[in-house]
Amino acid sequence: MAGIESKCTEPEIDYNVLNSIIVDRYNQNRENLIMMMQAIQKQYRYLPITALRYLSDKVQVPLIKIFEIATFYASFSLKPKGKNIINICTGTACHLKGTGKMVEHITSKVGIKSGETTPDMLLTMDNVNCVGACAVAPVIVFNEKYYPEADLSVINTLLDQAKSE
Amino acid sequence: MQQLKQAAESNVNTPRITSPKALEDYRASLASKYGHDVPTVIICCGTGCRPSNAVEVAELLEKGLAEADFQGKIVPHVKATGCHGFCSRGPIVELEPQGIFYQKVKPKDVPEIIEKTIKGGELIKHLQYKDASKKVFTHTNEIPFYAKQSRLVLKNIGKINPFDIDDAIATGTYGALAKALSSMTPGQIIEEVKTSFIKGRGGAGFPTGIKWESCASQIGNRYIICNADEGDPGAFMDRSLLEGDPHRILEGMAIAAKAIGSNRGYIYVRLEYPLAIQTLTQAIQQAEAMGLLGDNIMGTGFNFKVSLSMGAGAFVCGESSALMSSLEGKVGRPRPKYIRSVEKGFRDSPSNLNNVETYANIPDIILKGGEWYKSIGTKESTGTKVFSLTGNVHNIGLVEVPMGVPLREIIFDIGGGVPKKRAFKAVQTGGPSGGCIPAQHLDIPVSFESLDQVGSIMGSGGMIVMDENICMVEVARYFTHFLVEESCGQCTPCREGLIRMEEILERITHGEGREEDPDTLEEIGKFVTNFSLCGLGTSAANPVLSTIRHFREEYETHIRHKKCPAGVCKPLYSLKIDEEKCVGCGICKKRCPVNAITGDKKKPHVLEIEKCIKCMECHKNCDFAAVIVL
Repeated sequence: MAGIESKCTEPEIDYNVLNSIIVDRYNQNRENLIMMMQAIQKQYRYLPITALRYLSDKVQVPLIKIFEIATFYASFSLKPKGKNIINICTGTACHLKGTGKMVEHITSKVGIKSGETTPDMLLTMDNVNCVGACAVAPVIVFNEKYYPEADLSVINTLLDQAKSE
Repeated sequence: MQQLKQAAESNVNTPRITSPKALEDYRASLASKYGHDVPTVIICCGTGCRPSNAVEVAELLEKGLAEADFQGKIVPHVKATGCHGFCSRGPIVELEPQGIFYQKVKPKDVPEIIEKTIKGGELIKHLQYKDASKKVFTHTNEIPFYAKQSRLVLKNIGKINPFDIDDAIATGTYGALAKALSSMTPGQIIEEVKTSFIKGRGGAGFPTGIKWESCASQIGNRYIICNADEGDPGAFMDRSLLEGDPHRILEGMAIAAKAIGSNRGYIYVRLEYPLAIQTLTQAIQQAEAMGLLGDNIMGTGFNFKVSLSMGAGAFVCGESSALMSSLEGKVGRPRPKYIRSVEKGFRDSPSNLNNVETYANIPDIILKGGEWYKSIGTKESTGTKVFSLTGNVHNIGLVEVPMGVPLREIIFDIGGGVPKKRAFKAVQTGGPSGGCIPAQHLDIPVSFESLDQVGSIMGSGGMIVMDENICMVEVARYFTHFLVEESCGQCTPCREGLIRMEEILERITHGEGREEDPDTLEEIGKFVTNFSLCGLGTSAANPVLSTIRHFREEYETHIRHKKCPAGVCKPLYSLKIDEEKCVGCGICKKRCPVNAITGDKKKPHVLEIEKCIKCMECHKNCDFAAVIVL
């Protein structure tokens, strides 16, 4: 039990890194809030609450407004993401070529739905509404690498890869 | 990537352009490097080709050419370009100046291309394009997919290196800006755009010139905004423009800034387009370094600074007022339209927002005149339109045609029709705000007005072809589900109406449809259309309404007979192997993940219904159409 929990606890926040994002790169300008949050998410693979509190203070925007943004936009996550991220494109062209079945397949095989992470924190499944690569549909993006014209066997290989790491 | 970086470094020494004349002189000096007759190997490195190892092919070509012995002859240089548009054939390699076209090039083909074609002048058969009748095409401009298009907006894409501003300048980019800055008044620019009668390419179709005029007449700081939040699933026109010819868009925005009297511009790009973000960032840096953007552009005293802003994954941010709110760092919720954004938009200041493709059309309108532009297309819809043709069609890719061309010509002549001898069923245009158009309307000319008449919209230009194996009820369910997830939730008709519609559609696709369901769907749909706040809400019911209008009998088959004729809604069909058609090739048996198919080689196979999970692998892969849907 301790093993799983320890992997989920909040990472240590490096305030120098936060300052370099909020102050140096984006000038504490609240209009850049979304891009600051993207940079923070890139750093920690999700939006840790401590970092958001600090951000709120630095840009003088109430925490509730930051939470509003974090829950409105699909790319933000308030929960830690897994070590590997599999994105199934559910745009129209990919949907017509069967990505819905791929999502079901992953759910039945590793027990996570879209947006969820396996308890061992190794894999997160996120679905994306079109990556604009419709010509090579169905497309899967695994750790930012594109897999064109994918099928169930590609998914099985990727799932094994995620597990072995 | 190596060569992309080199192109960037070579621009460090480019001069600062201090007058419109200096731009012309600089362009002339580039001819020896970028002229049409310079031997060049072009490789498409767009988002469509990259997953198929295009970048590796480019690197191998560059390495191979550097090592090969050309015995004093000119060594062609390698150029990685943006998306050619013929994405289903990628990675694409073109040899200039001959115009030789190679498709589906793999890294292992590179030595052969260098030895045989580049050095020996010999064609490689297995890399050449063949159409359905096995006719071989050697040159790009002969291939029907390209030959039947009129590429104006896309003309540089696939020809220039998007990371190299010199390449763009050599083709004439920034020439229209020079003309607008040196010899036109803001009023004359707006007049030219009004004469062209170009309508906004983002979907709503509002005349661009009129928008510019009303924004220019406002008092205060004005902003120029480019909507590059291409959220429609199945559409990738803007992505290809941003990735393939970013300077054209920047030029269009700068001309708009001059006309409207603005010195500040923003481009709002989707987070899902990482390559577009890279090309734009570099394009802005290069243009500023050369004095083509930023302060005192071309020494004329005109200032215009452009910044890039990233979305965070919200379909509704493609709506203009939501986009502006997102630009301000807030959540993107649309505003009521009685406050027009040309009066009070971004930062409550007058803001002119246009789509990527609209800005990309502007330079040509300024250079060749509004009258020239008006001569293309139809009376009400002028110019050309770029479509992204996808789905069940042979030639998937980008298609640019004059307005008024019949749908049939786009899908069958350019697109090559539906593969695997299946029947055409419908074409979906306009993304989640659009509708499905059935076969009997294929001869309508494509324009803002005609698509509206058949219950769909032009939208931003997504065009998804559907064959007989696509269930229209399920398509309606898919789009409604998409919109339920993406609705911003502030107004009740869209938020609640869509959820109720999805529930009904879920029920129908599970075989629990009721007789009154289509009428109820229409009633809710009309309510959503009439009472939602923003453009996305008022069009959100289109996928459902258009499928009921054109495919009502399919809804009725689902409801009354509990059957899905297309074989998509799992509880409503079963599969069987037709003994007469089955030749016993064994492919289905091999493909079946649950071993539900048995049979000996060369004898008709049998499918056990109890074991079948309806994954459709057998149906999809049977070359003899022997697996039938019951």
